[in-house]
Amino acid sequence: MAALISCEDLWKIYRLGDVEVQALRGVDLLIKEGEFVAIMGASGSGKSTLMNILGCLDRPTKGCYRLQGVDVGGLRADQLAEIRNRRIGFVFQNFNLIPRTSALENVQLPLFYRGLPLRQQRALAAEALARVGLQGRENHYPSQLSGGQQQRVAIARALVASPSLLLADEPTGNLDTQSSLEIMAILDRLNKEQRITIVLVTHETDIAAYAEREVVMKDGRILTDRKTPSGASALPVEA
Amino acid sequence: MPTFLLLTALTAVRILSRNRLRTGLTMLGIVIGVGAVIAMVSIGEGAKAAVAERVASMGTNVILILPGAVTTGGVRGGQGGVVTLTTTDAVELKKRVPLLRETGWARRDVMQIVHGNKNWNGTVNGISPGYLTIRGWSFTGGGPFTQQDLDTAARVAVLGQTAVDNLFEPGEEPVGAIIRINHVPFRVIGTLAPKGQSAQGMDQDDVIFIPFSTAERKVFGTYFLGSVGALFASTERPEDLAPAVGQIREVLRQRHRLQPDQDDDFFIRTQVDIGKVHEDTSETLTVMLFSIASVSLLVGGIGIMNILLVSVTERTKEIGVRMAVGATRRHILIQFLVEAMTLSVFGGCLGILVGILGARATTVVAGWPTIISPETVVAAFVFSVAIGLFFGLYPANKAAWMNPIDALRYE
Repeated sequence: MAALISCEDLWKIYRLGDVEVQALRGVDLLIKEGEFVAIMGASGSGKSTLMNILGCLDRPTKGCYRLQGVDVGGLRADQLAEIRNRRIGFVFQNFNLIPRTSALENVQLPLFYRGLPLRQQRALAAEALARVGLQGRENHYPSQLSGGQQQRVAIARALVASPSLLLADEPTGNLDTQSSLEIMAILDRLNKEQRITIVLVTHETDIAAYAEREVVMKDGRILTDRKTPSGASALPVEA
Repeated sequence: MPTFLLLTALTAVRILSRNRLRTGLTMLGIVIGVGAVIAMVSIGEGAKAAVAERVASMGTNVILILPGAVTTGGVRGGQGGVVTLTTTDAVELKKRVPLLRETGWARRDVMQIVHGNKNWNGTVNGISPGYLTIRGWSFTGGGPFTQQDLDTAARVAVLGQTAVDNLFEPGEEPVGAIIRINHVPFRVIGTLAPKGQSAQGMDQDDVIFIPFSTAERKVFGTYFLGSVGALFASTERPEDLAPAVGQIREVLRQRHRLQPDQDDDFFIRTQVDIGKVHEDTSETLTVMLFSIASVSLLVGGIGIMNILLVSVTERTKEIGVRMAVGATRRHILIQFLVEAMTLSVFGGCLGILVGILGARATTVVAGWPTIISPETVVAAFVFSVAIGLFFGLYPANKAAWMNPIDALRYE
């Protein structure tokens, strides 16, 4: 399978006053299309920084990041925005839904920025909500939904633009066990059935176990990169 | 893009209507500003129109020639100190300045006028035949003097409305009645349509006209025959006024035997000059009122900017999310600009309404004439859009240039 993500010697150096923080210190990473990768590591290990760079929200200080063969480092801000819009879906720990805006409209957002006609935006968004089991909740506001439901809206928003890459930054971090299982089941299904590449950041081993590959980071470097004991994702979990 | 703009506008309206009090207070600045501009400009325009009307009541394309200062042996007399203009000057001018359509002259004095048991102290004008035509007087009853009246110095009078009101009972017919001016009996042969105040604010209708020859010989008396208080002339077209003034000056200087180093012993003013003085005054007034109103618009604009800056900060996380799902800087910029413009356009429309009501109220309460021209309304609207754009630009730019990661992490 073709490489979706290819990172070579990625460095990210922040300057906080006189202190230089090396968040990434030479990361090489290759992720193929259709993979389900979990990135683990203690806080400060650089996994969030790596995630931001993979999501085209940030640029590496040094090194090369190719997404589907395109060197992202050389793109302008609006080109990055378009890549985020069309190729990448984000799921955040704290859902990051726009408050006082209905579930449907939240899901419409990527299509809205793509400039689709309103009718089409609505149809696709409703379909995406249905795929995460939220049909009938289109007009609910985030405040009227439970954490798990909010995260499902967020997943629908990430999916609606049919991205090739789904980035989930501790998607279960704010959820109870039951909701966590539901969310992971959805992600697993997306990966298995629709071959969407998923990169998941977590520090919970049982969540990481859903992935087929586990990358552990420490001090801005990749410590280990191995296949997970397969079958974890086959755990009998009902969504 | 049209879909995007439409939806952005709808979103803006929804976001703004969420916080009604804040939105209302923010708009209030623009409402007051635009309202003030509209009211002030309409008062200014009303004043200007009133002045123009008064100037027009002088007649059409009128030139006024007044006696001026005479310098004798280095002693300068004041204006009107010496009689320098005569009926012959007027006749000569008519002959030698072809641009003039008509010339006339007048002498006036304030005299006691008696009719029956009523009396009135009014301005009596001895006038030449052309005078009434030049000044554009029209009759409501009777008619003007005839050449024969002038030749025979007939004792006939034409009355202005104020004189009629003060000398006659309501409903009494003035034409044909006998009045006495300075003990001399006159027959009223005509009454004039009212003109209202002059550009100088004087009651133009407080007037009695009698033939010049009659005034000179039977009422006023004279130093020497033919001396007049003022000469009047008119031209066919307004653009003839300036060249005519030059030619009149030439002729009069020649007739008065003035040396090149001597000052004119007369003043020439045209209707345009007189109108200009008053237009300048009302122009100054308008500019002053407009500046005051503009300051309140500026303050309104700053209010919009202030609230938008607060809003941008409050919604930092939202901006981050929007960027993460693919909003470009331009999308964010437009979103906040549209919000600013929604505020200013709604405020502007309300302001236009308030301004129109304010102008109406001014007319009703203070009795000042006001004119609301469509241009003013359109300009005020465009101005409020521009204010939204201008004062929205800084906050919108601030939002658009946020770093997506920092915005997403903002708590």
